[in-house]
Amino acid sequence: MFILKILFKNAFRHKLRTSLTVLGITIAVLAFGLLRTVVGAWYAGVEASSATRLVTRNAVSLVFFLPISYKEKIRQVPGVTEVGYSDWFGGVYKDEKNFFPNFATDAKTAIDLFPEFIIPADQKTAFLRDRKGAVVGRKTAERFGWKLGDIVTLKGTIFPGNWEFVIRGIYRGAQKSTDETQFFFHWSYLNESLKKTAPYRADKVGWFLIGVKSPDVAPDVAVTIDKMFKNSLAETITETEKAFQLSFISMTEAIVVVIRLVSFIVIVIIMAVMANTMAMTVRERTGEYAIMKTLGFGGWHISGLIFGESLVIAAIGCASGIALTFPAAKAFGDSLSQFFPVFIVARSTIYMDMAAGLIVATVAAVFPIWRAITLRIADGLRRIG
Amino acid sequence: MKTRTGPIVEVRNIYKSYRRGTQTVPVLEDITFDIQEGEFLALMGPSGSGKSTLLNLIAGIDKADSGTITVGGIEITSLSETELAGWRATNVGFIFQFYNLIPVLTAFENVELPLLLTGLSRSGRREHVDLALKAVSLSDRADHYPSQLSGGQQQRVAIARAIITDPTILVADEPTGDLDRHSAEEILDLMERLVHELGKTVIMVTHDPRAAGKAHIIKHLEKGVLNSDVHSEDTL
Ligand SMILES: Nc1ncnc2c1ncn2[C@@H]1O[C@H](COP(=O)(O)OP(=O)(O)O)[C@@H](O)[C@H]1O
Ligand SMILES: [Mg+2]
Repeated sequence: MFILKILFKNAFRHKLRTSLTVLGITIAVLAFGLLRTVVGAWYAGVEASSATRLVTRNAVSLVFFLPISYKEKIRQVPGVTEVGYSDWFGGVYKDEKNFFPNFATDAKTAIDLFPEFIIPADQKTAFLRDRKGAVVGRKTAERFGWKLGDIVTLKGTIFPGNWEFVIRGIYRGAQKSTDETQFFFHWSYLNESLKKTAPYRADKVGWFLIGVKSPDVAPDVAVTIDKMFKNSLAETITETEKAFQLSFISMTEAIVVVIRLVSFIVIVIIMAVMANTMAMTVRERTGEYAIMKTLGFGGWHISGLIFGESLVIAAIGCASGIALTFPAAKAFGDSLSQFFPVFIVARSTIYMDMAAGLIVATVAAVFPIWRAITLRIADGLRRIG
Repeated sequence: MKTRTGPIVEVRNIYKSYRRGTQTVPVLEDITFDIQEGEFLALMGPSGSGKSTLLNLIAGIDKADSGTITVGGIEITSLSETELAGWRATNVGFIFQFYNLIPVLTAFENVELPLLLTGLSRSGRREHVDLALKAVSLSDRADHYPSQLSGGQQQRVAIARAIITDPTILVADEPTGDLDRHSAEEILDLMERLVHELGKTVIMVTHDPRAAGKAHIIKHLEKGVLNSDVHSEDTL
């Protein structure tokens, strides 16, 4: 009780210095939390990906296509329940900056293969019926104010021209981590146009999406499919959706590594700032610690006072940093939703914030504690006089 | 403790030197003397003569190079750092020139501080502190912080803190050195009363002859050597 009072009062004796240190820790924890959330958002697609879905793509690269005729062959592989296919459409709505992912896809199988996209039954029917129909995620619909029945024109980048779609469905995610920004429409709509305008590009798909009976047959199914197309014109790579997503991310892995690194550097910097504060504080109080030692207080008491003070400062900074992380992440996620469809502060990030606070408090206190403990009383008292 | 006979403090052949760079500077050389229980002893001498050093050795906050010091039957020169800390907590009351109160604690809490190291209950501590503050006539200032008290009042709080554990000896290093004459008088009167009314043993370093005049015995330290006892009357 008594000790707690000394400790709190000591922590706020130098109000400006303590406030600045607390502010520094708050900002550091906030930055750390946001950076980690960015990394988490980067991997959100991977986390949310299904273990019972396989993706077959061209062995050379994603930008090369596969013939649609592979579909029936893949269907024959034991363990396969469903085969769908998609193309990255890369359409732009009015302006480049209005980015959202859009695909041409085999509508029927897509609806079956993605149970995490929840679409009301009547909208499903309307979508399947309309050749130009499209389904869009809730977030993207809200972003552009699209309603059911609206006509939306996308400018093709990969497939030139202006493409008109009718919004027939708006899906919402089954989980928080489900991407609610996607836009998909009938692959047949794209293909029919291509047959007329660019026949050499017709009847080709970007990738096949394959549903399997259970996650444990997935590896065998993948091997069988790839074997089947070995030595053909378009060899394939089949992997789980998770691995597929990861291969996307690996292109940008260096950035993720840098962000991770920066998030830890921020903590190291604040550690130095905090250590400086504690060193100054304890130096100023040398006389008081000498008095307490004179009165018979031991190393444990003094250590407790110094560590406690360090902990109070770090805890206040850490708590406000954590408290601010949530609204900041919300604002951040809203304004960057086209890049990070899922932007959630993970619980593990909060635990890491707390651990960082504790480590900062401890590291900052170690040297001052050592000095206070080894201080000779006579020298400490001499400084006062 | 009261049944023990002989001097309460026995200082025997104490040597103490400090290192200054490569040089060794002798401060105390072969100091030997006794202090009787209930005695009020003043230690005088020019600045830098080693008064504080000697007081610190007797109070167990510094270590001699050689020689022994026995206080209340305990040879403190052979105690470890930890044992010394425990010994100080119950056996020595400290009064400093600059009061040395903890600024974030009230007068009451400053006096209570040494009692935290005893097994005393909260209410027990409160009782003791009330008595000690009353003894120094500061009951009405219990909730004041040191910065809200005058120098004389702060020194009285320090005295209350020094007597709170009922220590074997009280040591005071220039207790009036930072006070105006009137406050100094008050403090000296208070210390006299501690000796006369409560039977305390007080060792006081001072270079104020007026302060020394209150003592029973005055010892002079010069260049690390102790001169023979002088009775206070002779110096005035
Ligand atoms: N920690 C120390 N290191 C070096 N020299 C010291 C130290 N403490 C005291 N001295 C020296 O010892 C001598 C006696 O000091 P001190 O006991 O404080 O004298 P006094 O209290 O009589 O003025 C002085 O010359 C002082 O400079
Ligand atoms: Mg001195």
